[in-house]
Amino acid sequence: MTQTAVTPAREPAVRKATPGGARTARRSGRRRLALPYLLLLPALLLELLVHLVPMLMGIVMSFKELTQFYIRDWAAAPWSGLDNFSVSLDFDAAVGQSLLKSFLTTCQFTVLSVGLCWLLGTAAAVLLQENFRGRGVLRTLFLVPYALPVYAAVITWAFMFQRDNGLINHVLHDQLGIGDSPAFWLIGDNSFWALLAVSVWKGWPFAFLTVMAGLQNIPREMYEAAALDGAGVWKQIRHITLPSLRSVNQVLVLVLFLWTFNDFNTPFVLFGEAAPEAADLISLHIYQSSFQTWNFGTGSAMSVLLLLFLLLVTGVYLLLTTRGRKTSDV
Amino acid sequence: MRRIRAAVTGAVTLSLVLTATACGGGEDGGGQATKTLTYWATNQGSSLEVDKKVLQPELDEFERKTGIKVNLEVIPWSDLLNRILTATTSGQGPDVLNIGNTWSASLQATGALLPWDAKNFEAIGGKDRFVDSALGSTGAPGKDPAAVPLYSMAYALYYNKQMFKDAGIAKPPTTWDEVVAAGKKLSKDGKWGIGVEGSNLSNNIHQVFVLGKQHGADFFTADGKPDFTSDGAVAAVKQYVDLMATHKIVAPGNAEYAQNQSLSDFAKDKTGMVLWQTPSQTFASQGMSEEEWGVVPAPVPSGEPGTGTATNSMVAGINMAVFKNTENLDGALKFVEFMTSDEEQIALNKTYGSVPPVKAAQKDPAFSGPSLAVIRDTLATSAAALPQVPEESQFETVVGTAVKELFADAAAGRPVTTESVKAKLDKAQQQMPKK
Repeated sequence: MTQTAVTPAREPAVRKATPGGARTARRSGRRRLALPYLLLLPALLLELLVHLVPMLMGIVMSFKELTQFYIRDWAAAPWSGLDNFSVSLDFDAAVGQSLLKSFLTTCQFTVLSVGLCWLLGTAAAVLLQENFRGRGVLRTLFLVPYALPVYAAVITWAFMFQRDNGLINHVLHDQLGIGDSPAFWLIGDNSFWALLAVSVWKGWPFAFLTVMAGLQNIPREMYEAAALDGAGVWKQIRHITLPSLRSVNQVLVLVLFLWTFNDFNTPFVLFGEAAPEAADLISLHIYQSSFQTWNFGTGSAMSVLLLLFLLLVTGVYLLLTTRGRKTSDV
Repeated sequence: MRRIRAAVTGAVTLSLVLTATACGGGEDGGGQATKTLTYWATNQGSSLEVDKKVLQPELDEFERKTGIKVNLEVIPWSDLLNRILTATTSGQGPDVLNIGNTWSASLQATGALLPWDAKNFEAIGGKDRFVDSALGSTGAPGKDPAAVPLYSMAYALYYNKQMFKDAGIAKPPTTWDEVVAAGKKLSKDGKWGIGVEGSNLSNNIHQVFVLGKQHGADFFTADGKPDFTSDGAVAAVKQYVDLMATHKIVAPGNAEYAQNQSLSDFAKDKTGMVLWQTPSQTFASQGMSEEEWGVVPAPVPSGEPGTGTATNSMVAGINMAVFKNTENLDGALKFVEFMTSDEEQIALNKTYGSVPPVKAAQKDPAFSGPSLAVIRDTLATSAAALPQVPEESQFETVVGTAVKELFADAAAGRPVTTESVKAKLDKAQQQMPKK
C-alpha cells in the first residue's frame, strides 16, 4: 500500500519541472501526508468508542443521582452536582473513611507488589542470561503464571488458601507446625498477604519477560571489558546491567503500577462479594460501593477521583523520568 | 492514485460502518422471538447441573404443549443479582427469570419487571391460587406484585441423629438455651455443635433478621428507613455471632464458609446441627439418608413458635418474574402459567424438597411427610417476610458484610462486644443510600 502511494506521487515532480506539475506535486504531496491519518481513522474511531466514550459516560454519571430507581433509563436520573464527590471525600463519615482506608491499603499493596515483581523478575532474568542446560525449560516455566487465565489461577489459589482444607495451611500448620491453630487467609488481616502473594505470583513473569528482552540489547563486550578491568558480578550488575535497563525499567514500573493499582480480578475472585477490610483494594471497593448500594453515581465519582489520581501520578512520573533522561543524555 | 482514493474511501466507510454497528447492537432476532423464550433459573439443587437435569424435561414438555422453545440458563446465586442489574441497565435480559423473593421490592423499584396486575394474574389462573404468606414477599405493599411465588421454603433446625445419640442428647432443642446446651455437649473431639455460613451474606441476613424479630427489632422503620443500630438489632447480631465467639459451639473455620460447606460438615458427622432451608437434596447428594437426620422447628426463646417475638423463620422462597422488555409477553405468561400449574408445582417442589406456594398443589400427599410438614407449618404460622422495601438488597449486602466481619473477628479470637457490633452496624447503616 505504501509502495503504490509513494511511487506515482514522486515521479511527475522529478521528471517535469513545469509550474502545473509543481501544483500537482504539492497536491499529491498533501494527499500523501493525509493518507496515514486516514488509514488510522478506523482505529481512532474505535478507540474513541471503546475507551473514551465509556470514560466520558462515567464522568457524566458521577454528577448524577443514579440509583436503582433510574438505572433502567439513566438519562432520566436527576443531576446531583458535586454531591457524589462530597460524599466520597467526607472523611469523617463512613463512606469517605472507608474509601480513604481502601486507598491507603491499595497504595501499600501496590508498592509491595510492584517492588517484589520487579525484584523477582529482574533477578530471574539476570540469572537466566547465562547459557546453561535447561534454560529454555526454566524460561517457559517462569512464564506459566502469565499464560494462565486469571480466573482459573486465582480460584486455585482460593482453594489453596482455605483454612480447613487448603494446601497452604496443610504445609504451614500440619507439616511445619507453624502457629497454634491454622491461620485464616481469606478473611481477617492475613488476607492482605494472601492477596499480595497471588498478585506477585501473577505479575512477576511480566517483569521477567520485559527485563529479559531489555537484556538482549546490552552488548556482551561491555561485560567482557568490565571483567578484564576486574569488575565482579555485582559490580557488573550495578554499573552495566541496571543503567542499561533504565529506560526499560521506567516503562515496566509504570505499567506494573497501573495494572496493580487497578487490579480487580484478583481480589474479586479470591474474596468474592465482600472483600475483607485488610485487602479491600480500591477498584473492588468502588465496585462494591456501586453495586452494594446500587448508587452508581457515587461509584462513578469515586472512579473519577481514582482516574485523576492515576493521571497525576503518571504525569509526574513521566515528567521526572524524561527530564532525568534528557539531562543524562546531555 | 485511484487506488489510494479507493483505499481511503474503503477505510473511512469501514470505520463508519463499524462505529454504527457497534452503537446499535441488540436489534436482532425479531422473527424467532415468538417461538423462543430465555429463562434464567436459580440454583435450587445441589449443583447447576442437577438443576439443568431437573428442569430440562419440564421445558421439553412445555415446548411439546405450546411449540415455544425455552432456552434455559441456571445462574449461580453469586452472580444472579448482578446479572439482573446488568440486564436492567442494558434492557437486554431474559424473558422470564427466577429471583430470590426477598429482592422483590428492590427489583420492583427498578421498573424492570412486569407488574402483576389483575389482568396478568388472570392469564395464569388468578391471584387466589397462591398462599398468602408467599404473596407477602412479592413486592412493596400496596403495589402490584413484581413476581409470582414459585417455590416456598422456611428455616428449620436439622440435627444429626447419630451425633445427638452419641452426645446423650435425648430431645432436639426448641429454645436457644437448649441449642447452646446441646451445642456444648456436641462440641468436642473435633466435632462442633452448630454450623454457620459466616461469609454468605444472604444467609447471615436471614438469621439475624429472625433473631431481630425475637428481640422485637426490625431493621427498617415503619416508613422504610434503615434502623440497624437499635438495641434489639445489636442484640440479635451479637447473639448470632456469640454462637462462635462466646459459646464456642461453632467451628472457627465456618467464618469463611459461603458455599454450603456447613452442609457437608453436617453430612460428614462433623457438625451436629444446622439452621437451613430445604437441605434434604444436598444431604442426599452427600450420601446422608433421610433416616440419619431429624428436623424440628427453628428455636425461639419461648419454645413455642408463633408470630412477633416467637417468629422462627423468614419467608424464604423463589419468585418468578417476567422481564418487562420481553418481546414475547404471551409466551412468557404461558410459561409462568405452566410453571405454576398444579402438576409442575407438585413435581418441581417435590424434587427440590420445597413447599408449593400454590394452594391446590400443597394438598398433595408428597408435602405432608414429617420434614416438609415442619416447613409448611412454619410458613403458615411463624414465618415473617423480610422487609419489603426498595433498599432490601442493599441491606442484605451491608449488614451481611458486617456480620461476616464480626465472624472473622470471632474466628481470630478477637472479642465481639456490644460496642463492636454496634460500630459495625452503624458503619453499615451509613453505607445505605440517603433518601
